[in-house]
Amino acid sequence: MNVNKNKSGLEKLFEKGEFVVTAELGPPKSVDPSVIDAKVIALKGAVDAVNITDNQAAIVRISSIGTGIYVKNAGIEPIIQMTCRDRNRLGIQADLLGASLNGIKNLLCITGDHQSLGNHPRARCVFDIDSIQLIGMVRDMREKGVFQCGEAIRNGKHADVHAPGFFIGGAANPFAEPLEWRVDRLRKKVNAGVEFIQTQCIYDMERFSRWMKEVTARGLHGQVKICAGVSPLKSAGAAVYMNEKVAGIVIPDHCIERLRKADDAKAEGLKICIEQIQQLMEMEGVAGVHIIAIEWETAVRGIVEGAGLLPRPEMEE
Amino acid sequence: MIVAEQKPVGEILAMLGAGKRILVVGCDSCVTVCLSGGEKEVNVLCSALRMSQKGFSRITGRTVKRQCDREFLEDIRKDAEESDILLSMACGAGCQMLSDFFEGMIVLPALNTLFMGSNEGAGYWLERCLGCGDCVLHITGGICPRVRCAKGLMNGPCGGSKGGKCEVDPEHLECGWNLIYHRLKTLGALDRMMEIQPPRDWSRSHEGGPRRVIREDIAL
Repeated sequence: MNVNKNKSGLEKLFEKGEFVVTAELGPPKSVDPSVIDAKVIALKGAVDAVNITDNQAAIVRISSIGTGIYVKNAGIEPIIQMTCRDRNRLGIQADLLGASLNGIKNLLCITGDHQSLGNHPRARCVFDIDSIQLIGMVRDMREKGVFQCGEAIRNGKHADVHAPGFFIGGAANPFAEPLEWRVDRLRKKVNAGVEFIQTQCIYDMERFSRWMKEVTARGLHGQVKICAGVSPLKSAGAAVYMNEKVAGIVIPDHCIERLRKADDAKAEGLKICIEQIQQLMEMEGVAGVHIIAIEWETAVRGIVEGAGLLPRPEMEE
Repeated sequence: MIVAEQKPVGEILAMLGAGKRILVVGCDSCVTVCLSGGEKEVNVLCSALRMSQKGFSRITGRTVKRQCDREFLEDIRKDAEESDILLSMACGAGCQMLSDFFEGMIVLPALNTLFMGSNEGAGYWLERCLGCGDCVLHITGGICPRVRCAKGLMNGPCGGSKGGKCEVDPEHLECGWNLIYHRLKTLGALDRMMEIQPPRDWSRSHEGGPRRVIREDIAL
C-alpha cells in the first residue's frame, strides 16, 4: 500500500515540540487573486501554516482546496478545511483525492456552519456525514487504504493502493453547550483519529484554562496537538455583539471594559490578543495558537512578534 | 401525524386559473387534527373562493375519511365528475391518490405538506420524524438527532449550541443534542454519547426513490 504521506511541515513542527503558530486565511468572494496575494504577503514568514476556510459562514467563496493550491504555490503551507455541509461522502472523498494529488497534506475536518446563516439560506444542506465520521473516514483512507464504502483506493483489482495521507485536524469549542460534555466531544474526536485541534476563539482564559485542565487530566493533550484559537478584537461594540450573538463565543466583561476605555480600541485589541497568547504559551497542553484575524490578516505579524514568537522556525517540506 | 398548512388563498386562486366548477376535497385524518384540511377548513376555503369574485359557477366541498385510501374516494365520484378541478385539502399523499383515482382530471394542492409531527399544545405542532427508514431512537434516548438537530448530526452537538438553543433560530429552536444529552444523563446512559455512530445508511431513506412496504402475509 502506498500512502501519499510525506509528513507535513506542520506535523514535523509539532513533533519537534515547537510552539506552532497558524492563522486563518479566508478566501475571497471573487476570483480576483489580489485579495489572496495581499493575505499571503501579510502572513508569509509570520506563521507556520495557514488555515483556508471552506465556504466560511456558509458564504460562497473560492474553494478551500483551490485557494490552498494557490497559497502553496506562493510558498505558505496550507491547512485545508473540509466541511460536511456542502458535499456528501462521494464529493468529500473525490475532493480529498484532488487535494492530495496537488500536494496538500493538512486537513481540518469540521461540520460547517448551517447554510441558513449564510448567503444561500434556501440551499439544500448535505450533512451526509458529521465531523467525527469525517475524521474516521479520512483516517481509514490513510490507515486502511479504503474509501468509506470499504473499497480499496486503487484503479483496478491488481493495482496498488494509492491512498491520500493527510495530517488530520479537527475543531473544538470549549464554550459551547452542554459545557460539561465538551471534553468528551474532544475525546470522541481523538478516538475517531484526530491528530491536531484548532479551537474556537478564546477570550475567557479562566474558563479555557479549566477546560484544558480537564483535557490534560485525561491525558488527551498527549494524544492530540491542541492549538488555541485567538482573535483580535477591534472595538467594544464588536465584542459585545459577538458575546451576545455568536454561539460558542464568550467575551468576559473585563475585556470589553478595556476596549471601551482605550483611546485606540484597535491597538488595545491587539494588546489583549498578545497577552492571551502569552498566557496560552504557559498553559500545560497547549501546543500552539491559531490566529483568527477575520479580514485583518495584516495584524497577524505584529501579534506574533508582540508575543515573542518571531522569527518562525525553518519549515521542512 | 402528518402536519400541513393551507397555501395562501391568493396562490390557490392563481392556481385555479380559468376553472369554473371546483370541488374542494378535504381529508378527515391528519389534516383534520392539525386544523388545515378537515371539513371545517373545506367550508372556510369554499366560502373564500365564492367571495373571490373570480366568477366560479360551482364551488362544492366534500370531505373523505382518508384521501390517501382509494376505498373512500368512490363516494365523491359524482361531485368530481361535475367539476373542472379537484382542489385537494389533504397532504401530498392524499392529493396524489386523488389524482391517481380521478385520472384525467385536474387535481391541485391547496395545502403545503410540512412534516410528521406531534401536537405540542393549542396551535403548536412540532416535527418529530423524518421517515429516514433507520430509526436510532433507542440510542439517543427517544429524541431523534436527524430531525431535532438542524444539521442532523449523529455524534453529539456542534459548536452552535447556546443556552440550550440552536444558533439557527435561538429564539425558538431547542438544540436537539442538548436535549439528548440531558435525557441520557437522566437515564444514566451518558456513555452512549461516546459511541462513535457510523455514517448513516441513506439507502433506507428516500434516496432510492419512493419506498414500498409490502406485507405478503396480508396480501390478497
